[in-house]
Amino acid sequence: MKLELRGVRKRYGGVEVLHGVDLTAEGGRVLAIAGANGAGKSTLIKVLAGAVPLDDGEILLDGEPLTLRGPEDAQGLGFRTVYQELSLVPQMTVTENVLLGALPTKRGLVDWSAAHARVRALLEEIGFADIDPRVRAGRLSVARQQMVEIAKALAVEPRMLVLDEPSAVLAGTDLDRLFDLIRRLRERGVAILYVSHRLAEVMEISDSITVIKDGRVVDTLTPARTSEDEIIALMAGRRLEQIYPDRVPEPGKPLLSVRGLSRDGVFDDVSFDLAAGEIVGMFGLVGSGRSEVARCVFGADRPTSGTVELDGAVTRFRTPGDAIGAGVALVTEDRKHSGLVLGMDVTDNTTFATMARISRAGLLDTRRRAANVQDMIERLGIHPPRPEMPVRHLSGGNQQKVVLAKWLLTRPRVLILDEPTRGVDMATRVDIYRMIDELTREGVAILLISSDLTEVLGATDRVLVMRGGRLVAEVGSADTTEDEVLAHSVGVAA
Amino acid sequence: MTEQQTSAVLDTVSGEAAGVTAPASARWRAAVPSPTVLVLIGAAVAIVVVAGVTNDSFLTEGNMTNLLRQMVSTGLLALGMLLVILTGGIDLSVGSVVALTGIMSAGLVSGLPLPLAILVAIVVGVLCGTVNGVMVARFSLAPFVVTLASMTTFRGLTYVYSKTPITPTSPDFLTLGSQNVGPIPIAAIITLVMFALGWVLINRTSAGRALLGIGGNREAVRLAGVKVQRHLVLAYALSGLCAAVAGVILASRVGIAQPSVGQGFELDAIAACVIGGASLSGGRGTIGGTLAGVVLLGLIDNLLSLYDVQSYWQQVLKGLIIAVAILVRRGERQNT
Repeated sequence: MKLELRGVRKRYGGVEVLHGVDLTAEGGRVLAIAGANGAGKSTLIKVLAGAVPLDDGEILLDGEPLTLRGPEDAQGLGFRTVYQELSLVPQMTVTENVLLGALPTKRGLVDWSAAHARVRALLEEIGFADIDPRVRAGRLSVARQQMVEIAKALAVEPRMLVLDEPSAVLAGTDLDRLFDLIRRLRERGVAILYVSHRLAEVMEISDSITVIKDGRVVDTLTPARTSEDEIIALMAGRRLEQIYPDRVPEPGKPLLSVRGLSRDGVFDDVSFDLAAGEIVGMFGLVGSGRSEVARCVFGADRPTSGTVELDGAVTRFRTPGDAIGAGVALVTEDRKHSGLVLGMDVTDNTTFATMARISRAGLLDTRRRAANVQDMIERLGIHPPRPEMPVRHLSGGNQQKVVLAKWLLTRPRVLILDEPTRGVDMATRVDIYRMIDELTREGVAILLISSDLTEVLGATDRVLVMRGGRLVAEVGSADTTEDEVLAHSVGVAA
Repeated sequence: MTEQQTSAVLDTVSGEAAGVTAPASARWRAAVPSPTVLVLIGAAVAIVVVAGVTNDSFLTEGNMTNLLRQMVSTGLLALGMLLVILTGGIDLSVGSVVALTGIMSAGLVSGLPLPLAILVAIVVGVLCGTVNGVMVARFSLAPFVVTLASMTTFRGLTYVYSKTPITPTSPDFLTLGSQNVGPIPIAAIITLVMFALGWVLINRTSAGRALLGIGGNREAVRLAGVKVQRHLVLAYALSGLCAAVAGVILASRVGIAQPSVGQGFELDAIAACVIGGASLSGGRGTIGGTLAGVVLLGLIDNLLSLYDVQSYWQQVLKGLIIAVAILVRRGERQNT
């Protein structure tokens, strides 16, 4: 099988996001698509899935022109897409989700034992036999849900499988199992499109790499004859000399002290200090309680016991509003779920945390608000620089900048960032690290929660490691290794 | 033209130096009606032109005054409803609040001075809304169920107050609903002023932006320090306030307060919001759109009566028009 895109163009509203893309996917090969956020990867995927119509250009299947009128057409041809956003129905069982609309029947009734057996076989095939087909999808971890999505895509023998940022939620052995699966599918002649901006993975799994930038194909490379640096340079359109700023830790006076903080069943007896001007990392596997600690410090959840001290005085944040008033800000890990109001514009989203402050007698000072927003757009390089643009239309990296802008406007003294670079392209990541570094020079204390080991060591002064709801280790970022931190987080001696 | 295209055009108009002119263009843009509103205004103008040409009694001063008066109830209820819908809620109880506050004002006016009687009725309306709001916000109950229950409760209270219609004894009471300033009914002026205040609330206060934000992503605005429960109560209380004003005006216009009045009013109010571009899942809707929706519905009612269309057919046509309006908007949204 050979699928070609020629001169594909796509516009949304007045903005063209794909400017004539050429691409070839072949059966039995893994093609990686690498690009920064906003480069047009997601749109390209939607074109291939038949989810959006082309404005111009053509798709050829084995040399014959092909028209995809909708997702049904694409699926009928065996084109399967696993999107980054999960699309499972959480209330339904794994079996129902995988065989949605195609449950086997016997005498007009659903044959449940056959259905479960079928799904069990599929899960075994993809290397996740430990998922119970009878359990409701919503009760699985996000990583497991991702694998159920993949099982769903394989329920009908695919000719082409598109994976959109599968590693955003998968890590470690799960990712290894996914790679095994990809290799087996490749041997069976399936064409695989692996969309990611994590270059180590892309280099490992792909046969060729197509780099796109600003809606155009920049180059197509072979992993053996390129390097991560070269791809980064192509993605960014410039060379990134240094990802993490050099840091000389100079902690000032302690700002925030957490003492014996616990929340029943989630985390237990967590104590740490944050000093002015330092960046402290917090690492732990998913479920170790990192984000939950942050939410309790911020007043979003109630701790069962323990205290939070600010400037040496015990404070009690009953609501996020109290924390914001005291100069504490929290950039939550999932911007779509808890960071942004997608349907509203950049202005609203940037000022939600400061609206009340810039009101007089209840009336918004719209002039000041516009000036604040404009200032943030320029300072963070939000693109496109249009305050009235609904954030829904922004790329992931720019959405994240809007979230950051909202919290910077509160002028925080303590800034907690929970996975601030997840789903964010390399160029934006570098901007974010630089911005954090600059904030510390103004005396802001930063807590950087991350599951990216390289980041948690590269961007911080010291690292707190959590495991099973407890703080188990503290290490200096410069005096440790990734292996050591990982060993602490899983509870084995390094 | 989609919203995005509109703003793209405006950007071009405002020149290259977007960085410098952005605040100005943003303010200007807020004054330009959204595409939905433009479509509705177009439809309304078309209806007026066709009706004016084909029916002699349509463009008369008497009919125009009448038309404005007919729009008052739906207009006020739609205004309050919009605030609730923006948060992702719904208020089914407004028709019952109209009846309760109407009959109370008509009854109280025989014992109390007129302004005090009206004030008491309005306070009752606000209390009704506050009860709804507290149930929804504090106890996290579904707005549909809460207001379904209170719709019945408030209707019951209306009959408890009086099983029979009340004719207000004060002649001044009738002024509010029946007098005009020139050709324009006082009631219509009150309604327009309240719409203007509603516009300011939604577009120029942090509370208004918070209402939209709650409907769009409740967790995100909560984490941004917005007091979600307080704002939800505010929305329902204001819906109660609008319903009370409508109730008093209606009793005053008709000259007699019926305990059975207002049934189904909530549906017209919801229809006006939806036609005007509000999303029932919350986070989207405008004052201008809602007003345009009210005018369109009012025009249709007025015209169908002028043409002596049977009231059953009026309902059929109204339903179809709502469906068409929603379809038009669906197409518009897919383009963005």
